[in-house]
Amino acid sequence: MSKNALMAHVEAKHIKANPPQFDVGDIVDVHQRIVEGDKERIQIFSGTVIMVKGDGINTNFTVRRIVNNEGVERIFPLHSPKIEKLEVKRKSRVRRAKLYYLRERTGKATRLKEGDPIVVGEQTQAPAAPATPAAPVAETKPAEGTK
Amino acid sequence: MSENGQGSIAALLGRKIGMTRVYDDKGTVVPVTVIEAGPNVVTQVKTEDGKDGYNAIQLGFEDAKERRTSKPIVGHCKKTGQTTPKKFFREVRLTAKSPLTAGATLDVDTFETIKYVDVTGISKGKGFQGVMKRWNFGGQPGSHGTERKHRSPGGIGGGQGTRGHGRAIRLGKKMSGHLGDEKVTARNLFLVSVDKEKHLLLVRGTVPGANGGILFIRQAKTVVNNTK
Repeated sequence: MSKNALMAHVEAKHIKANPPQFDVGDIVDVHQRIVEGDKERIQIFSGTVIMVKGDGINTNFTVRRIVNNEGVERIFPLHSPKIEKLEVKRKSRVRRAKLYYLRERTGKATRLKEGDPIVVGEQTQAPAAPATPAAPVAETKPAEGTK
Repeated sequence: MSENGQGSIAALLGRKIGMTRVYDDKGTVVPVTVIEAGPNVVTQVKTEDGKDGYNAIQLGFEDAKERRTSKPIVGHCKKTGQTTPKKFFREVRLTAKSPLTAGATLDVDTFETIKYVDVTGISKGKGFQGVMKRWNFGGQPGSHGTERKHRSPGGIGGGQGTRGHGRAIRLGKKMSGHLGDEKVTARNLFLVSVDKEKHLLLVRGTVPGANGGILFIRQAKTVVNNTK
């Protein structure tokens, strides 16, 4: 009895065929569908992706931005149908999978160097690589060990 | 085929597969338990006017190897025209005569119009547990002179003056002991979706027992308007 096959079968219907591709450190615009009464509109939340965690249907990512001098973080489920679109505005050269250190920084110190994330290991990943949703986490993680 | 004078109710035996999350049509995350339910075979029909004296159907789930099954069970299953005996059985009481005959197959179709279900299973065994975990007692203070009994139940009655029960601990007093591994029913769980192709039921929330455990799923007993 292949339990996992049945679980995968259930999840497959709710997993996006082409989930948005991005990496930790990217500056992104998250287009989120908001329903107010019977009206629907799109709200854009833009900020830095500071982490991606989970895999498969459980993938979540956190976007951080500063609003009125106050740090605001929002956690989005990657496969949520409420996420209409995700635009990558700028790639960053980061050495970590989780950018929690940005929480202690303000102003200029929160800037990230432009470029692709540093990946330690065999393959240097192109941003457009058709990877599984979990791939960015897995591939950027080894960077932590090199310090 | 759910509500016709209670001659048939939606009920199946199944297996717990595991938990995951799905999105509903509003895009909200719903935590679900995946249950592989059926197909079940009606192995016996009991009727009020027959020798049993009450109305019920008996469901059989999962094929068993004949050589590993006792002969009475093999014979019982063969009577209904089955080639292989079944592994698990469960009787469903009905208030009217069932339109089904022995040998009929039931699958998740029976739940198509059902909104809420009750799920019965054997809960995970937790072994011998203290009173805090087993009965949600508060335990004793962490400080103020309490020594080595922070998780103890405290007084358990007895002695004089226990209102007529003097010198005896009241029967059924909640104490430490074996927790779990007992029959538990989770009631009125929302039936999120039915997958006919793979015989799956997706039920909102948690369900008793470990993954792979045998479950009995029926339409909710206490919900009045239980159709979609």
